[in-house]
Amino acid sequence: MSRSSDEILVALAGQPNAGKSTLFNALTGARQHVANYPGITVEKKTGNYRFDGQKIEVVDLPGTYSLTSYTQEERVSRDFLLHEKPAVVVDVVDASNLERNLYLVFQLSEMGIPMALALNMMDVARQRGLRINIEQLSHEVGMPVVPTIGNKGVGIKDLQKAIDQISKDGSAPQTSLRLDYGKAIEPVLGRLEKSLSEDVILAARYPLRWLALKLMENDSEAHRLVSEHATNKEDILSNVARERELFQTEHEQTAEQAIAIRRYQIAGGIVERCVKREKKERRTLTDRIDQVVCDRVAGPIFLGGVLFLMYYLTMKIGGEHVAPWAWKYWSMLRDVIAGLLPAEGLIRSLLLNGIVDGVFAIMNYLPIFLILFLLIAILEDSGYMARVAFIMDRVLRAFGLHGQSTLPMILGGVVVGGCAIPGVMATRAMKDQKARMTTIMIVPLMNCMAKVPLYVLLVSIFFKEHQAVILWFMSLITLAVALIVASVLSLTVLKREESEPFILEMPPYHLPTITGVLRRAIERTWLFVKKVITIIVAVAIVVWVFITFPGLSKDRAAYCDDQVNKATETFMKKIGENNPYAELLAGPGLKEFGRYWDHYKKKKMGAKGKEAKEALKEKFSRENPEFFKIVNKGKGLDGEKDQYAKAAYAAYKKLDKKLKRLDTARRKEVVHVSFAGSFGRFLEPVSKLAGFDWKVNIALASSFAAKENLVATLGTIYSIGEEAGGTLADTMARDTAETWTPLHALALMLFVALFPPCIATLIMVRVETGSTKWMLFAAIYPIILGFIIAIMVFQGGQILGLTALQVMGFLSLFVFAILAATYLAGERSAMKKHRTVEI
Amino acid sequence: MTLDEMKPGNECRVAKVSMDGVAGQRLLDMGFIPGTVISVIRNAPLMDPIDIKVKGYMLALRRSEAKGVEITPL
Ligand SMILES: Nc1nc2c(ncn2[C@@H]2O[C@H](COP(=O)(O)OP(=O)(O)OP(=O)(O)O)[C@@H](O)[C@H]2O)c(=O)[nH]1
Ligand SMILES: [Mg+2]
Repeated sequence: MSRSSDEILVALAGQPNAGKSTLFNALTGARQHVANYPGITVEKKTGNYRFDGQKIEVVDLPGTYSLTSYTQEERVSRDFLLHEKPAVVVDVVDASNLERNLYLVFQLSEMGIPMALALNMMDVARQRGLRINIEQLSHEVGMPVVPTIGNKGVGIKDLQKAIDQISKDGSAPQTSLRLDYGKAIEPVLGRLEKSLSEDVILAARYPLRWLALKLMENDSEAHRLVSEHATNKEDILSNVARERELFQTEHEQTAEQAIAIRRYQIAGGIVERCVKREKKERRTLTDRIDQVVCDRVAGPIFLGGVLFLMYYLTMKIGGEHVAPWAWKYWSMLRDVIAGLLPAEGLIRSLLLNGIVDGVFAIMNYLPIFLILFLLIAILEDSGYMARVAFIMDRVLRAFGLHGQSTLPMILGGVVVGGCAIPGVMATRAMKDQKARMTTIMIVPLMNCMAKVPLYVLLVSIFFKEHQAVILWFMSLITLAVALIVASVLSLTVLKREESEPFILEMPPYHLPTITGVLRRAIERTWLFVKKVITIIVAVAIVVWVFITFPGLSKDRAAYCDDQVNKATETFMKKIGENNPYAELLAGPGLKEFGRYWDHYKKKKMGAKGKEAKEALKEKFSRENPEFFKIVNKGKGLDGEKDQYAKAAYAAYKKLDKKLKRLDTARRKEVVHVSFAGSFGRFLEPVSKLAGFDWKVNIALASSFAAKENLVATLGTIYSIGEEAGGTLADTMARDTAETWTPLHALALMLFVALFPPCIATLIMVRVETGSTKWMLFAAIYPIILGFIIAIMVFQGGQILGLTALQVMGFLSLFVFAILAATYLAGERSAMKKHRTVEI
Repeated sequence: MTLDEMKPGNECRVAKVSMDGVAGQRLLDMGFIPGTVISVIRNAPLMDPIDIKVKGYMLALRRSEAKGVEITPL
């Protein structure tokens, strides 16, 4: 970290949910996560402010209950304090929970950095009838104490003043807070400290009393520090081991137990002297809410309701109303961009079809994400998320997951229609690294919104009578497979990931603040936009290149051009030379008219109501009255009939159809000979096992960029266009009539369900796991898994001569049997762990 | 007796944390100190985890972790 020497570095530390991020924002005005969820900040964030002309750099450390080296957050915080050596540590303390918070205060002060306490949540403490004697507290802990109310900005100025003061004196106010660990431990600490002080390097680098304590606590990081830096490490470590053993036999408890007990004793004493309870402890609102929300019957119902509401607001309202509404503006923007691009040629095709369309395909989801992120922020801020984990943990942990996996899975689309990107992002709140990795790996197996169009398409062609059943089957089977996969992964490749005990604070409910919620929702949406767009652009280019090049051979291109010319000639002949419009439509005029025609048709489709239609006609007539007469079937704006124009209309209508058909044929051919086409055919011998022909292969490959490409590419390949009449479903049904059976469709749906996540999701996997290796794993294992299942379904069905529905039945039985077995196995191994704990 | 055997609605006093490693340390950090009075508030809908009040705040823990806390019922 590069810091100019005149900056003062201040670290905000404290227990989860004490309000560090809130104070960080209040101090610096910078953006930062604020959440009512224990431990949402995993990485540290920086911001700065000026006080008295002095620049102060603030770091928001992750919340920790303690400073052991057992969890990632604790190690991060500790390493920062130890190695970055901030000038001041501000410990943000939850005033309504003083005793437990003091436990951390002591540990921070032992690291030997000048400190101040921000006594936050003063409003909550007051409301609970706690009166805290600030002066007394400051005296007892030996450091300045500043009462604050973070979310109202109360006490911020005082806090800045205190920080300034401490950084100026540089004195060590904590000299007065030297915890007395009592008769049993102090002598040992003294001995250890003395032996440590003989080591020059250690003495220069680390606070020795702290190191001695940590060694006595059997802290692995402290061991590492000693074995890395100390010259006589064997002596020191064996000495520590001896002292620990001695202590344990003598006191019938481990040193770390004795140390923790002592800290709590002292904290308890301070609370007794500094805090007066004015009201008797009453049932708080939180208690009363929990009585309902965590109830055996009402709890799950409420949870179901909340999840349904989320689903409804995002997928139904967001997906079916807000997104299409926003799409109007997106497509306007797209048209504007399209207008700015060169009119024809490869560059246009690359920019428009490759990049612009690729980006807009994803932007279409933006409103949905924003709504989703708003809702999640509200849930997080309110404190309900911890209750979700509480209710769901029992079910999920049998599969190597965690109560906190619920939300990511819901977002991914347990109920058909989610998105893996926010799902993967939501795992950030999970502390149990192993469960978190497992969750990240299975979220993409859920049914995201972009997979649904393919299901709908295939179901409407091949399973007309059983649409609902099939969709239910898809969501249940993917959920079952995901749980099995979770189980397997957590017992195999993820076995070594760090796991944490489930000891989860249930924070009191807060009314979420509007600014906090908005800030976080926008921040997350922005993160998504930034991360995704850049990559999408790159991928879109690659995909475009693959389906465009090498292009038609000269002969074929000439042939296609010839066809177009012939059609044009026929058209010219049909309207005849004596048609006054002939000249207008000859040569470049025809192209211009073509654009005018398309534009008019498109606008006319969009225009609703008589008035709008009239206005439209007027506008187009003004633009080009001759062209208008033709497109308006020979009638001018004044209703005057013109038979020549009418003839031109009829002839052009035919030509238009013909040209569009030729164009589609050409595009189809381009795809066929493209790299993607070769690739698709190259894979065909293998993919045939699952019933996929080369066209499907191309579509699958293109869906890697974004799943919605799937149906679009199938569209291109299966030659659809309005001129052929009917929807994609009709054309596909026609095209596939001889070659496809429902079994093909079922195998394809299952494969798509499990198919690798889109690039955008993979990027998020990369961000959240911090590892390219895991990203690749997340991309590859679903292909293998999906392919195996698709082959099983396709071959099994064919060999045994079963119908698709029968295969579905057997597959369900099979998968759910495995699911049950995994569940039982998970339970057994949990029991075993249980027993070893007892011993 | 251990904490996982307590019925909701009852109070008890911590005798000792008998677990070591991460879980044991975390329990100590969270305030399961000998002599502390804790109350079991409720079970989760599927009986596990359990919701506990300790040192004035609420904590959920799995029964497998609660087993590591020795208690005397009050
Ligand atoms: N009533 C009240 N609420 C506060 C106060 N300060 C913060 N909050 C709320 O407490 C919740 C948690 O605040 P955060 O700032 O996210 O806590 P944190 O310490 O950063 O938490 P982690 O990053 O999870 O460790 C948020 O909902 C805040 O709006 C305060 O003084 N009074
Ligand atoms: Mg925070």
